[in-house]
Amino acid sequence: MAARAQPVARVWPGIGAAAVVAALILGTLAAVALRAEAGRGLSPSDWAALRFTVMQAALSAVFSVVLAVPVARALARRAFAGRQAFITLLGAPFILPVIVAVLGLLAVFGRRGVLNAGLEALGMPAVQIYGLFGVVLAHVFLNLPLAVRLILQGWQTIPAERFRLAASLDFGPGDMWRVLERPMLLRMVPGAAAVIFAICLSSFAVVLTLGGGPRATTVELAIYHAFRFDFDLGRAALLSCLQIAVAGAAALIALRLSGQGGFGAGMGRPVRRWDARGAGFRAMDAAFIGAAALFLIVPLAMVLRDGIEGLGQMPADVWRAAGYSIGVALVSTVLMLSLALPMAVASARWQGLEAAGLMGIAASPLVMGTGLFIIVYPFADPGAWALAVTALVNAVMSLPFALRVLAPAARDCIADYGRLSASLGLRGRHWLRLVLLPRLRRPLGFAAGLAAALSMGDLGVIALFSDPERATLPLQMYRLMGSYRTEAASGAGLLLLALTLAVFWGFDKAGRYGADD
Amino acid sequence: MALTIEGLRLRQEGFGFAADLEVTEGARVAVIGPSGAGKSTLLAAIAGFLAPESGRILWQGRDITHAPPGARPVAILFQDNNLFPHLSVAQNVGLGIRPDLKLSAAQRAQVEDALERVGLAGMGARRPGTLSGGQQSRAALARVLVQDRPVVLLDEPFSALGPALRNEMLDLMATLLGGTGATLLLVSHDPADARRIAEQTILVAEGVAHPPRETGALFDDPPEVLRDYLG
Repeated sequence: MAARAQPVARVWPGIGAAAVVAALILGTLAAVALRAEAGRGLSPSDWAALRFTVMQAALSAVFSVVLAVPVARALARRAFAGRQAFITLLGAPFILPVIVAVLGLLAVFGRRGVLNAGLEALGMPAVQIYGLFGVVLAHVFLNLPLAVRLILQGWQTIPAERFRLAASLDFGPGDMWRVLERPMLLRMVPGAAAVIFAICLSSFAVVLTLGGGPRATTVELAIYHAFRFDFDLGRAALLSCLQIAVAGAAALIALRLSGQGGFGAGMGRPVRRWDARGAGFRAMDAAFIGAAALFLIVPLAMVLRDGIEGLGQMPADVWRAAGYSIGVALVSTVLMLSLALPMAVASARWQGLEAAGLMGIAASPLVMGTGLFIIVYPFADPGAWALAVTALVNAVMSLPFALRVLAPAARDCIADYGRLSASLGLRGRHWLRLVLLPRLRRPLGFAAGLAAALSMGDLGVIALFSDPERATLPLQMYRLMGSYRTEAASGAGLLLLALTLAVFWGFDKAGRYGADD
Repeated sequence: MALTIEGLRLRQEGFGFAADLEVTEGARVAVIGPSGAGKSTLLAAIAGFLAPESGRILWQGRDITHAPPGARPVAILFQDNNLFPHLSVAQNVGLGIRPDLKLSAAQRAQVEDALERVGLAGMGARRPGTLSGGQQSRAALARVLVQDRPVVLLDEPFSALGPALRNEMLDLMATLLGGTGATLLLVSHDPADARRIAEQTILVAEGVAHPPRETGALFDDPPEVLRDYLG
């Protein structure tokens, strides 16, 4: 409302941070583009990779959203013990290391998994998880919860008064659907589907573990192969340009369609409803919630069961890798905060700065990694830089989520206390120490927890750079899985899961501690 | 000669605001007018939150138009958010002495003394959230006391209090600040507040702040805009 913003905090550190992020994303892209051999064109296998990429992402988005609608509806209209715990559980896959999810899914749907054991006992043919089915299955496992949360938010945007009015007009479930629910879903579902489509376009670890071969290779996996096995930088660069074009377009569409779709926004109590009271409706809602809970919990329970058995089988490399992972996660968190905090402050004056941070969503870690490799390669051994590059790329990748949390909090702090601070001459580092950091404690803890957990579980750029000496825990786990040391991999999976949850919980708790007002 | 506002023009969200007036040193002046007319804009301009398009603001002949808010001879209380909820009451008051809160023993004693004068003796260690609304107002007032600035701006800081508590706070403030000889500008919706503590009143209407007039005379023979507002 002011003719000029409050002069409590400077804008230029935020602009500097945004410039660093832009340089990392665009600079690596430029390095890649200069290296790309456009004249060569795309080979038939590149086209096949592009087709598979789009198809698996589309199928994943459609299945996630279609299955999410009845689950979200059941959650929106039923009050039951454990509802809040279930909604919290729906947030967990966001920080769950992808490779741990894959391990759990293999234990249920894999060749020697629970499902195939049951099918065999019934004399039915076995399910093959590797390929399109496995990729889509894992993507639905990871994104169904996100879809449920997004769509549930849609339900909660319908004011309670509408439901009261509907009840007084004696609406049945059909009327409710036509008048209230369908219009809301038409608004929410395209955005949710577009977000999931964009996420699945650049998903790497799932395809690395469950895809592969000529029929199930995505563009990202093709980049990795071109880079790692053929050492064909020109082709890797060309594929990177393709990936950026596709993922960038999808991210733009998703941003446009999803609008203000809150990320991690609070999930209130269910609105009191008077429709769908019949036993059939109750049974249906219970079935959807139960099925979703089983689908999410059973693979994780398997990770726990197999992991405990495997803990004793883990080679010493696993512990060393865990040490590297903790280091990378902490460095990445510090890097992320030192970029995000100034940007959040500066966004009070220029909201556009938050959008600049959101560029990270469209950025592909593999493309950034390829670019950094091309830049580093002439000067140094990229393997020696593997951990540093991983920490940096992870910081940029978690930046959009952190900004989503920090920028509104920083804006509120400046709106509420900017004038008071200015009138007291409270500026610069004293303002940072006495006002901003204490006020932002909670969102800072949450954002740091997210960044640390995402970095801890990341299996992306490290796979490009690593040499046998330097592996993070997810990569070490992948190597164990690749050499069929399933018990050891399970133990490492449990360790990774525990460490990821521990860093998230630790930071989040530290942010909450003492922040009672 | 005290607070002089010379040909001040500024623009906020498309609305123009103009002021050309003078407030005598040590005067207690009410600022009254319809909401949206620019009462808070006047105070924000004096405090340095809004940059004018033209005109000057002078204190004792010294041009403060471009001084940052903290460097002006001004202490201000807002409608809300006058205290940082994460700092103790004593820390909130201490900010009025040193914004980095590195207080000497003498300065800490000064904080205690101010708390005692507003009736909050021994409550320095508490967080604002544990105080009642009236006590929070007192804590903010204690900070104004230690700030010891010659101009005190009050942007309806007691509007959330009930009538009796508000009168009590107005009286307490008039008594405490009367002793310091500070010039006081108080924004209010209520003519009774003006009559209670202000000998002069600035009428702000339709984006113009008029020069102060004797409060009694103004309300006994109100101009048309004020008559419409008072109803």
